Amino acid sequence: MAESGKIDPMHQFAIEPLFGTDHLSIGGFNIAFTNSALYMVLAALVLWVFVVGGMKRELVPGRWQMAVEYMTGFIKNLLIANIGDKGRKYIPYVFSLFMFILLANLLGLLPLGLFGLHPFTFTSHFTATGVLAIMSFSIVLIVGFAKHGLHFFSLFVPHGTPIAMVVPLFFIELVSFMVRPFSLGLRLFVAMTAGHVLLKVLAGFVINSANASPALGLTVGTASFVLMVGISALEMLVAVIQAYVFALLTAVYLNDAENLH
Amino acid sequence: MDAEAAKLLGAGLAAIGAGIAALGVGNVFSAFLEGALRNPGAADGQQGRLFIGFAAAELLGLLAFVIAMILVFVA
Repeated sequence: MAESGKIDPMHQFAIEPLFGTDHLSIGGFNIAFTNSALYMVLAALVLWVFVVGGMKRELVPGRWQMAVEYMTGFIKNLLIANIGDKGRKYIPYVFSLFMFILLANLLGLLPLGLFGLHPFTFTSHFTATGVLAIMSFSIVLIVGFAKHGLHFFSLFVPHGTPIAMVVPLFFIELVSFMVRPFSLGLRLFVAMTAGHVLLKVLAGFVINSANASPALGLTVGTASFVLMVGISALEMLVAVIQAYVFALLTAVYLNDAENLH
Repeated sequence: MDAEAAKLLGAGLAAIGAGIAALGVGNVFSAFLEGALRNPGAADGQQGRLFIGFAAAELLGLLAFVIAMILVFVA
């Protein structure tokens, strides 16, 4: 290890086919079962177990049912606060979205490296978060046009706009509307990527300083390791906040579609 | 200056943006706390807006990080 002076913090994001499915393909497209797909399945499975375990409908809820009801109640309050009573019909979608992202973020932070496994955070890939963002954005468009028809375009011209400002304001609002799915997906992807890169860079400091000399290992290495512990705690906070922000912004955008301005 | 050095300098300069976004995020939370301590009753109702402000300020710092990463790994 002493000669591995170069650390590669980006290697953790490499997508690799698993279980010998490298050359599986449909119509010329490779559909190998990758580590990214494995962690998506895991996140969906954990979410399924979590919800099924709580769907007992007992009058006096046990701990598990209470946990599930707390999460659904949390999303319900979020939607009602942002959209009003019409927001109730989005509870299944926003709940699934929130829990899926939250579990994906947290599963990727599990210290599975201790057992020689390679945890993978698929929310650190723009392909995954971009699809989630496009899904939210499509629902906004579909609901908006189905409910208001072409009147939906009044979203781009707020009430009381002076005539001279209508055209410039329309384009400004149009750009700010069209950039939404991009910023929604980008925020989650970059926040997760940045955190994981930071952790790996610090881990590289620990290994390389300890290899260089005992004195450096004790000073730089120990300080970096303490910092890593703190940043791991911060990463858990970021994992929750980013899932919450994704759900919150979806609710805010759905509000535009439901109620216009 | 060769292209490789210019790329790395640009990535370093982009890191300034991350630091400035930290000022913005700090501003969001400090203003929220200031208001929340004056009127704790209204604080819980404003948490959604707090996180929208946080997300908007944070996004710009993350964009600076994206630019640094593009310069180092892609460009």
